[in-house]
Amino acid sequence: MFRILAERLKQGSRTLDWPRKEPALSPRYRGRPELADTACGDCRACYAACPAGALFTRADAPGRTPLLDMARCIFCGACAEVCPEGAIRFSRDYRVAAASREGLLVGPRAAGGEGAGGAPADPAALMGDRFRLFRRSLKLREVSAGGCNACEADTNVLGTLVYDLGRFGIEFTASPRHADGLVVTGPVTRNMCAALVDTWAAVPRPRLLVAVGACAISGGLFREAPECLGGLGGTAGDTGPGAPAVADTLTEAGLTPDIYVPGCPPNPWSILAGILALRGEGRPLIPDWTLSVGPGQTIVRG
Amino acid sequence: MHEFDYRKAVALNEVPVLTAEALGERILEHVRDGWRVLAYFGLPEAGGDGAVGLCCVLAHDAEQRLAAARTAPLTAFPSLAEACPQVELFEREIYEEWGILPEGHPWLKPVRRSPDAPGGSGRDFYRVDGSEVHEVGVGPVHAGIIEPGHFRFQCYGEIILHLEIALGYQHRALMALLRPRAAAEPVAALRLAECAAGDSSVAHATALCVLRERLLGLGELSERCQRLRRAGLELERLANHCGDLGAIAGDTGFLPTSSWNGRIRGDFLNLTATLCGNRFGRGLLAYGGAAWGLSSEECADMAGRLAATGRDAAGSAKTMFASSSVGQRMAGTGQVTEALAREIGLVGVAARASGLPRDARFHAPLSSLPQAAPGPRTERTGDVFARAEVRRAEMEDSLTMVEADLDWLGRHPEDAAERERAHGMEKAALAQLPPQRLAVAQVEGWRGEICHVGVTGPDGDFLALRVVDPSFHNWTGMALAMRGGQISDFPLCNKSFNLSYCGYDL
Repeated sequence: MFRILAERLKQGSRTLDWPRKEPALSPRYRGRPELADTACGDCRACYAACPAGALFTRADAPGRTPLLDMARCIFCGACAEVCPEGAIRFSRDYRVAAASREGLLVGPRAAGGEGAGGAPADPAALMGDRFRLFRRSLKLREVSAGGCNACEADTNVLGTLVYDLGRFGIEFTASPRHADGLVVTGPVTRNMCAALVDTWAAVPRPRLLVAVGACAISGGLFREAPECLGGLGGTAGDTGPGAPAVADTLTEAGLTPDIYVPGCPPNPWSILAGILALRGEGRPLIPDWTLSVGPGQTIVRG
Repeated sequence: MHEFDYRKAVALNEVPVLTAEALGERILEHVRDGWRVLAYFGLPEAGGDGAVGLCCVLAHDAEQRLAAARTAPLTAFPSLAEACPQVELFEREIYEEWGILPEGHPWLKPVRRSPDAPGGSGRDFYRVDGSEVHEVGVGPVHAGIIEPGHFRFQCYGEIILHLEIALGYQHRALMALLRPRAAAEPVAALRLAECAAGDSSVAHATALCVLRERLLGLGELSERCQRLRRAGLELERLANHCGDLGAIAGDTGFLPTSSWNGRIRGDFLNLTATLCGNRFGRGLLAYGGAAWGLSSEECADMAGRLAATGRDAAGSAKTMFASSSVGQRMAGTGQVTEALAREIGLVGVAARASGLPRDARFHAPLSSLPQAAPGPRTERTGDVFARAEVRRAEMEDSLTMVEADLDWLGRHPEDAAERERAHGMEKAALAQLPPQRLAVAQVEGWRGEICHVGVTGPDGDFLALRVVDPSFHNWTGMALAMRGGQISDFPLCNKSFNLSYCGYDL
């Protein structure tokens, strides 16, 4: 008993007073990308270097800095490394979550208005009262649907004493019937589709859905795997070629995320900030210079 | 069988083509002589007309030798599963992936098709009959934040007679994606290999890099690269062993260590992030080297944090092992005997806990860097206690090794000439692969030996690229460890093995 207490004193208190205090991230951490608008000419170095197919040519400016789709991005930094113009850099901002699939598209910061279109998205304004019910208490159930265990591990870690998820009234439950929503990781494998749909059906309404990681949003590196359904993002072209019928099952079951946390895997602070943003808490989700692609605009794949 | 040095690629024409019967006999002979099966797979003929033969790679750990043999294309072969249980799962995989029938296999259950797979008709489970026998099914979705798998218990009262584990839910067809990319788009393939099992990102990336380097015959890398890679690998071991000890403590109801280790594990992950920006070590490895270096100041900063984290980890583990209730709960739970471990081909922590000195850092070292211990850390009892104790001891060794690496890196800043050489090596490592070669990479990940086997065809593409995660060998051990135990032992036992679902499902 005394031994335990003595060790307890040595281990100290390690919970970070977040969001009042900011976490100390690695100097090499790659957070939300920032793009500068440059004339690229025929240079396609970033497209060639990207292992995730995350770069898109802007329909309105084909010869300039492309769009970066955080839905697919694995934040490896390869594009930034090869860009001769230094047009792409990864900031240290870990607040990367967005409330829509389109909100994950990052365009070049507008120098003089061009390319700007995204509205500042304060979570309180964006989410409104939709999830007000869950302000004081939010119970979530996690489903790994083909995840590699990295997103799972960095979601699980929120329960440890550094993050202390419980102080926000948030808890992961053992049963979907006790949950207010699901957190899904992984590209959704064909083999896991039925279990995911069943689990979602077992969550009482109103319910919410969180997609964590590039796989869960777009299929990530497994976007083209016939055994995977391309995640929950549901944007055309992101569906695994082998399984359109099964992918439809996901849509029919209403598995459309309310919040998207990109990354491979996202930093735990990104996940925590994302979940809090869902309730309209925390700082703006999407910075005002992010290009939002509306229904009228088309994207040409590079 | 063609025998060769584990570091060397062999020309495919040196690997003898045997009949299926002869291959089976050779495998049995070798296993009797102390060899074990590393990989056993279908090897498609060059030309892609769908004809597939078999290829088997074995290892003799004490002699640091490998052996390989293959067959001509075939559609069936005599099963060895009864005589040599460690090939049982490989034979099912061969049947599932290439349709080659292992004749006489006791039960050709699916390997990676879950019972819920679309178009599937469910699956038969082994069933024990009797008036007081009952069956308990768990999963695929479990109570914690954990990957999916289905567990089916056959119980008599409280006692588990049999546990059957059905996996496949995480099957992403990783090997099918990896095979063409590893030759044509090697860097993209490396990013994919890092997702084979997220908690073993560094180990799987190391294996794919080493495989390519061996196929190209690049020879040993610079000491700097070796130390950077080893630091990444050992930090991965520290983080996961630490997390596992915490999880075991949690399942014995000992909350202090459970709580502390959750935090300490994160500190180890953050040290990895200092190295390469990613907590799981993604992006650390590059073919022919390491993608990141460390300055003297960064080394000093990391060494200081490592020492503090190491002290916390040691104190936390000591508190746990000093608790008699923890010790009693772990002792005797989920036992695997040495004979059983050898028979089913266990690897990694689970094998060492049962007394088998299997550790690829010793039987297939990637470099000539000194180890922290004279040999693999082994225990004799093969229970949860032994698996926890192996982890505790290995954390001490890993700390010593990372300290040594940081110390060396801090004292040897990279100069321009060396950087030049390193770039040359990295460029050489991206060259087109030589045709008709077979090479093997064995990397001791924290869970156990990760094995990547590559066979190139006439144009330098991969005819076969096999990824064998330690979980592939060890899930059977987990199932057998539960016999005679109770369902309440299952979570604790499961934590002590901590096997990967996606690493098995791939």
